[in-house]
Amino acid sequence: MPIDMSDKTILKIEDLHLNFPIYQGAVHAINGVSLYVDEGEIVGIVGESGSAKSVTAMAALRLLPKGSFRLTNGNITMLGHDILKISEAEMNSLRGNQVAMIFQEPQTALNPTKTIGKQMFKVIQLHTGKKRKEARNLALCLLQDMRINDAEEILQRYPFELSGGMRQRILIGLAFACSPRLLVADEPTTALDVTVQRQVLQLMRAKARKTSTAILFISHDLALVSQFCDRIYVMYAGSIVEEGPTKLVLSAPAHPYTQALVRALPESSTKGQRLESIPGTVPKLTIKQEACSFRERCDHAHDLCVKIPSLVMSGVKTQKAACWLLEKVR
Amino acid sequence: MSFLNVIRKRLVFLVFVMFGVTLITFTISNLIPGDPARLIAGDRATAEIVEKIRNDLGLDRPLYEQYGKYIVGVAQGDLGTSIRTRRPVLEDLKIFFPATLELAIVALMLAIAMGIPLGVASAVWKNKPIDHLVRIISVIGISTPAFWLGLLLIVFFYGKLGIFPGGGRIDQNIAMPQHVTGFLLIDSLIARDFTAFKSVVGHLILPAFTLGFVHLGVVARQVRSAMLEELKQDYIRTARANGVSEFSIVFTEALPNAMIPSITVLGLAVGDLLYGAVLTETVFAWPGMGAYVVSSIQALDFPAVMGFTVVVSLAYVMVNLAVDLIYMMVDPRIRGIS
Amino acid sequence: MSEILQEKSAKQEKPIKKRSFIDWRYLWYQLTGSPLTMVGLVVILLILILVIFAPIFATHDPNTIDLRARLASPSADHFFGTDEVGRDIYSRILFGGRLSIAVGFGVVIVAGFIGTLIGALSGLIGGWFDTITMRIMDVVLSVPSLVLIMALAAALGPSLVNAAFAIAIVRIPYYVRLSRGQALLVREMPYVAAAQTFKASRWHILRWHVIPNILSPIVVQATLDLGNTILLAAALSFIGLGAQQPTAEWGAMVATGRNYILDQWWYSGFPGFAILLTATAFNIFGDGIRDILDPKQNAH
Repeated sequence: MPIDMSDKTILKIEDLHLNFPIYQGAVHAINGVSLYVDEGEIVGIVGESGSAKSVTAMAALRLLPKGSFRLTNGNITMLGHDILKISEAEMNSLRGNQVAMIFQEPQTALNPTKTIGKQMFKVIQLHTGKKRKEARNLALCLLQDMRINDAEEILQRYPFELSGGMRQRILIGLAFACSPRLLVADEPTTALDVTVQRQVLQLMRAKARKTSTAILFISHDLALVSQFCDRIYVMYAGSIVEEGPTKLVLSAPAHPYTQALVRALPESSTKGQRLESIPGTVPKLTIKQEACSFRERCDHAHDLCVKIPSLVMSGVKTQKAACWLLEKVR
Repeated sequence: MSFLNVIRKRLVFLVFVMFGVTLITFTISNLIPGDPARLIAGDRATAEIVEKIRNDLGLDRPLYEQYGKYIVGVAQGDLGTSIRTRRPVLEDLKIFFPATLELAIVALMLAIAMGIPLGVASAVWKNKPIDHLVRIISVIGISTPAFWLGLLLIVFFYGKLGIFPGGGRIDQNIAMPQHVTGFLLIDSLIARDFTAFKSVVGHLILPAFTLGFVHLGVVARQVRSAMLEELKQDYIRTARANGVSEFSIVFTEALPNAMIPSITVLGLAVGDLLYGAVLTETVFAWPGMGAYVVSSIQALDFPAVMGFTVVVSLAYVMVNLAVDLIYMMVDPRIRGIS
Repeated sequence: MSEILQEKSAKQEKPIKKRSFIDWRYLWYQLTGSPLTMVGLVVILLILILVIFAPIFATHDPNTIDLRARLASPSADHFFGTDEVGRDIYSRILFGGRLSIAVGFGVVIVAGFIGTLIGALSGLIGGWFDTITMRIMDVVLSVPSLVLIMALAAALGPSLVNAAFAIAIVRIPYYVRLSRGQALLVREMPYVAAAQTFKASRWHILRWHVIPNILSPIVVQATLDLGNTILLAAALSFIGLGAQQPTAEWGAMVATGRNYILDQWWYSGFPGFAILLTATAFNIFGDGIRDILDPKQNAH
């Protein structure tokens, strides 16, 4: 499988297979995911809930609880480190330093009994070895970059005293504390008001461009991803079904699932028309997939679809999709 | 301001509880088959004498009047007169209370000092051998009949090895240090009487361990479950994502927060220890309230039992008040809301 | 339209599988994943068998006095030795276990049943009934329970039945609180609201919606209470407020053995160990059941 092997690659995941053992079997959450993120680019992963987009990101940062999962195949390389092999201490020196992550729920992502300042200083001091006063100055800078005006005062507040948008801005600010090479943003604005969403995303992008940080942006919202990302991966039931530059994927989706997603965007339907939806539901992941996972919901399903398709060029540049239709066309 | 609110709420509850407690104990004491006047007078007393005593004690008055009188007394600090010792109950309790408190505090400190590390280890290595070990120790702790453990310890450490005394608070041939606080540990230090101090420590070890071991399980389990609860919170994930080490996550992020809900349990443990001492004191001939109340119950000395119940319930409510206040001090969320 | 209705009613004619509140296969799977709980269960079963079939397993009559064999040490004839009038301690422990375990189950069943009912009603009805009930429970709970039990047992007169009665009364509030809390949760559930729109009676809601849904925490509490009750009953007997001589009862045996403790440690030692073992087994099992039935406690 040709993957960009240049030195500019920050994160590379190759053919990852991962499952969660449960009562009577396992949930096959990730079934052969390969992706990469290059320096400074903004990459999106889109998919409905349960498509394992968050699990993929958590696995890349080794944040899944130990013993809860089985990794059956695959490689993860981040900044030249073999993530699956390095020690906990090495991992900790990467996390929060060269790689940062922010999560969906800003309500609970901060320690409820410590002030914002205390929590920020701790992380800053941990990775930079700065004195408390310097750490404080940096924290103030970070908050100001996130358009928080009364930063001085915010440092003395407890999380519960702040709004969700404010907390997420603080967390994003903190994520940039060490100018990381990669920021993994897992649905960073889903829990926020629509009006705040856009503002927070713009702040995040501006800051990332300034520090030339790459972003791996995870969302269920195709519209949001299309505005924000250079390149996107479309995930379905634990595998990537389509990838390519945002514009191409949106204007000429090759996979029936992506096509359906694009048709379901409010912008694509004309006024007065019913909004399109995709019939059916995501397949059960407790059974290991032997067929194309979208087969049951696909309008174009045929005999070949009982086998798992692989990602192939869909004809245009770097755009690829995993569908037997494309093989047939060729 | 909110502190005052909490105190006010608790005090209202206290009055309420005192009514309830006295009502319950009063009802119970009137259920007893024996006749207190007859008990006081003794077997050989004539009917007139018994009648006179009954009259003196107001036992011939209607029950509601007796209860009213008792309540008024309690409010003024008069818990009545013990039938067995013939002294005011409050005076008796004043003598025995410090001994019980000293035992309970030392036992609690033992339980905490061992229970917190065990609970933390158990939560961090959940389902690992150490977790199983701690859970077994905790379960055995809460399942141990304290009176039996005490007996075994006496057999082994007093009977076989002879390293610890078999009962009491201090050697009979050592003079009691001058009464200052009633806590012999402190009093003997104040008097700079180190022979006495050594003896006091020796006498404390077995009963404190007996009482502490039972509560060790309570503390370890509470800390374990609170730690597990904290460790799965999102902020722990944030800390991990920020490269905070596992050690720091456990001790500076999760443990302080896990201690907040644990305060309640520790507070309740203080109350439990006070009356849990009842059995331990019996076994170790410890001259505390527990031994006093057991003797009183066996002698059907209900004024003493009622007095004891009232005092311990009072202590219970007070400990709860303290717990509420500590809660507010350590948890900014509660402070902020009220 | 009518066709659809017919089809539906036809489907309902089929025999519906008997509804079970507990998924036994799932329970068994969880149990096999928790060896400690299994050990607890096995020990409980062993104790129950030994105690129920005490006449078969006993080597002597528990009450036969043999003054020639007073205070004998453990031997092949007397596994756990003999007491001060030559009765076989091993056999007395087996028969004594019947009392301890009967008290345990009796108390838990009585307190659990009454408490659950009061609590569920209180939560369901609400209003002044709820307020008064809960205030009473608060007061009872604020009195140190051991002292209350002791006072009650003393007032009722020292006997094991009275001791059990005293424990049961004092344990009721715990079940009331638990089941009321659960009932309040259940009351807010959409299916209860749905039942109310059909004008379902309170009893119907209590029987079919509240009780089944609050059963698992109650079962957990009851299992944990078994060990606790056995301990309490033994403690009461130890201070002379429970079983009286010459009844074979664990707590009472420890108490009498105390007089001989320095020379004949086995006299108090074995009955006390029986208490410890039984209480531990019930507590381990109760813990395991709680972890299984209460997913909130299950951290991943």
